[in-house]
Amino acid sequence: MLEVQGLTKVFGGLKAVDNASLEVGEGRIVALIGPNGAGKTTLFACIAGFLPVNAGQVRLLGQDITGLPVHQIARRGMVRTFQITQPFAKLSVHENIAVGAYQCHPDRREAWAHAERVAQQVGMGGMLDQPAADLTVAGRKRLELARTLAIGPKLLLLDEVMAGLNPSEIVEIVEIIQRIRAGGVTVLLIEHVMQAVMSLSEYIYVLSYGKIIASGAPREVVNDPAVIEAYLGRGAAAQMAPPTSGQAQEAAHA
Amino acid sequence: MNRATSSLPPPAGGHWALHLGLLAVAVVFPLVFPSPFMVNFGVLALFYAFIGQSWNIAGGFAGQLSFGHVVFFGAGAYASTILQLRFGFSPWLGLPASAVAGAVVGLVIGFLSFRAGLKGSYFALITLAFAEVLRIVANSVEITGGGLGMLIPAKAGAANFQFAERIGFYYLILALTAGSVAIAVWLKRSRFGAQLAAIRENEDAARALGIDVFTEKLKVMMLSGAICGIGGCFFAQYFLYIDPVIAFGVDKSVEMLLVSMIGGAGTVYGPLIGAVLLAAISDTARVLTNVQGLSLVLYGGLLVVIIAFLPNGLIDLFSRIGKRKRSKAGKEGA
Amino acid sequence: MDSTILLAAAINGLLIGGIYTLVASGLTLIYGVLHIINFAHGSMLMLGMFGVYFLLMQWGVDPYLSLFIMVPAMFALGYVLYRGLIGRFSSGKDENILLITLGLSIIVENIALMIFKGDTRTITVSYSDHMVEAGPLLLSTPKIISFVAAMVLCALLGLFIQRTDTGRAIRAVAKERLGARLVGIDVDRVFAVSYGIGLATLGAAACLLMPIFYVSPTTGHVFVIVAFTVVVLGGMGSFLGAVVGGLIVGLTESFGGLFLGESLGQIGISLIFILILLFRPQGLFGSGR
Repeated sequence: MLEVQGLTKVFGGLKAVDNASLEVGEGRIVALIGPNGAGKTTLFACIAGFLPVNAGQVRLLGQDITGLPVHQIARRGMVRTFQITQPFAKLSVHENIAVGAYQCHPDRREAWAHAERVAQQVGMGGMLDQPAADLTVAGRKRLELARTLAIGPKLLLLDEVMAGLNPSEIVEIVEIIQRIRAGGVTVLLIEHVMQAVMSLSEYIYVLSYGKIIASGAPREVVNDPAVIEAYLGRGAAAQMAPPTSGQAQEAAHA
Repeated sequence: MNRATSSLPPPAGGHWALHLGLLAVAVVFPLVFPSPFMVNFGVLALFYAFIGQSWNIAGGFAGQLSFGHVVFFGAGAYASTILQLRFGFSPWLGLPASAVAGAVVGLVIGFLSFRAGLKGSYFALITLAFAEVLRIVANSVEITGGGLGMLIPAKAGAANFQFAERIGFYYLILALTAGSVAIAVWLKRSRFGAQLAAIRENEDAARALGIDVFTEKLKVMMLSGAICGIGGCFFAQYFLYIDPVIAFGVDKSVEMLLVSMIGGAGTVYGPLIGAVLLAAISDTARVLTNVQGLSLVLYGGLLVVIIAFLPNGLIDLFSRIGKRKRSKAGKEGA
Repeated sequence: MDSTILLAAAINGLLIGGIYTLVASGLTLIYGVLHIINFAHGSMLMLGMFGVYFLLMQWGVDPYLSLFIMVPAMFALGYVLYRGLIGRFSSGKDENILLITLGLSIIVENIALMIFKGDTRTITVSYSDHMVEAGPLLLSTPKIISFVAAMVLCALLGLFIQRTDTGRAIRAVAKERLGARLVGIDVDRVFAVSYGIGLATLGAAACLLMPIFYVSPTTGHVFVIVAFTVVVLGGMGSFLGAVVGGLIVGLTESFGGLFLGESLGQIGISLIFILILLFRPQGLFGSGR
């Protein structure tokens, strides 16, 4: 589905992303993790066309999309959410989602109905008339998700969609993402919340100082000394034991 | 709160009963108040509603505030007048010509500004500069009559786009304004309008959802420019005189912006409310004191008050009354 | 073309450019510190100029001496305006402030229109027509005095910002608002003072302009474009930029008038404004936006 080869992004003298390569197979859920400042959001921005790359290639479904304008990449099926949510504040939840729905449903009635279905998928069916500005953080994250879903994407880039959520909200979003994947959408996500990463992803890439330092199945990556070293001092090694859901809740409440 | 699961989109932009009702009032108005003073008031109110709507489409709906919108007005006014006086075309041809002129200017300004990524205050200022450039050009070249302007010879008769009775102009501007309202309602209910709203709220998010922000903004500038240009043509025919200051001076830019912001930017009837108020204040001030500038002092003060306390414009008052009525009904019905 | 004429145009351009610098320095200070685009700048200058006119006509105060009255008066006006009106919106959307200052300029302009009608006014003092010979050139004395005064005032303003405590506070707030607040600087007071200084520069410029220019209620429009062009050309928030920008704009106006004629010559300034915004919006010395 997605191939990134040798992507490099330089800001001034700093290599924010350094020769990064990754692959996301169709229908998979892949995670991109790494310490703060590793360059994960920059990498996303480059993949989705928000930033021009200095070197490297991005291929979506075999087609080279490097350097294409953002909206064209979105129309080809790759959509991203933002780390800091970007709702259309003065519009209602329904109108927000409809903007996405309009991409594939030019008719107003169809777009509206589709938006409602998507809203129900993410559990926002009861909030359709609320102005987006009134939503809580969790609500905004869901809205962001719903909006991108409404386009009918093939590949979803989720940027820290769990940030700022409490444990029960995290569990809900995890379920929603699993349902999304079950619906045929491929997912690449940036996450810090390890329980979500472990329970969702089938493959993990680890980014540190702009370089991919490890990749593999969750268990392998978690035990990789290079990865632990990258996170040194954050105590994340203890969090990385794959949890059962009961353990996860206990750990989160500790 | 339980929401009816009809899943039909709401009648955005107002119920058809509202539109028909207002139209009926407007049609009947000059018959009920046939004095020249009142008909002139009606013409001016509708004229400002019309050009205000053009500003509203770009500024209120799409979020592209401009401080130099007069540039489209002047382009249309000069285009139709030059065609008439220098090339002998029928003045009615001025209507489509002015629309084209406005659209072309909208295209050029939009293309240059958006390609350079200008937004917000910078965009507002550059439109001001474009208007100033055109004013200076109009003041300096022969074809526009330079600083002396252009005088359209008075030849009453519908064929000459001059009505012996003012009421002819009234119904013409009413038709044009109704058309602009129809366009606004269409924007509220169309995909294009939804995309413009998204662009207004958050360009990056809109882009990420597949909206070609650059092209849509260009389209709206052209639409707004065309409408404003037609306003220029009408103005020229009504007053039979234009010059660089009237056509490209700051005053009209300010008035267009004021009626929309005070009435309610981004709403269908905001500019109409603002325009009626502006015309009323203006005529009243003129009758009572004949002091030039008083009405704009009041209007400028009103702008500040609105931004401070009612940032969605006066139309907010109506919707608040509506909400209170509905919640009252809800309580009683429960 | 005769080199004397070119030289005269250049000198005159620089002379008026110095005053443009003064006008623009207030605008760029307001932007640099408050991050607001003061659309009322032009009409406030017009107000100041009417003030100078009034002082001369009613009480015979020489325009240059009016400096001692106008500068503090305009400062006070700015301070009060900020506290009473503008300050309430400075944390809101960019465009709201622009609209508030637009509303303010509409009010001020039309009040002037009501009181003074649409006529242009000029003042005449004993030295209005005095000329100075400089080689082959004849230069108007008031222009030279105004230029020198403008440059001196700019230098004083620069010293004030660099050396005094208030100036340091202003620079701190301009650089890092939150940080300044955290170290105990009364940020709101700094804002009010900065807006006051911004209008004070207009008061000064008004005194320097009246002997060589004219005033009418719509004069503000002319100066809005000029002031904004200088600031955008020099770079928003850059003092050096205001100096360089002011001189360049003055020269442009002068040569524009020379080569394109009186009417078309004014186009140079607006064209510079457009070109800068399109191709180098940070101006010559501004930090990237």
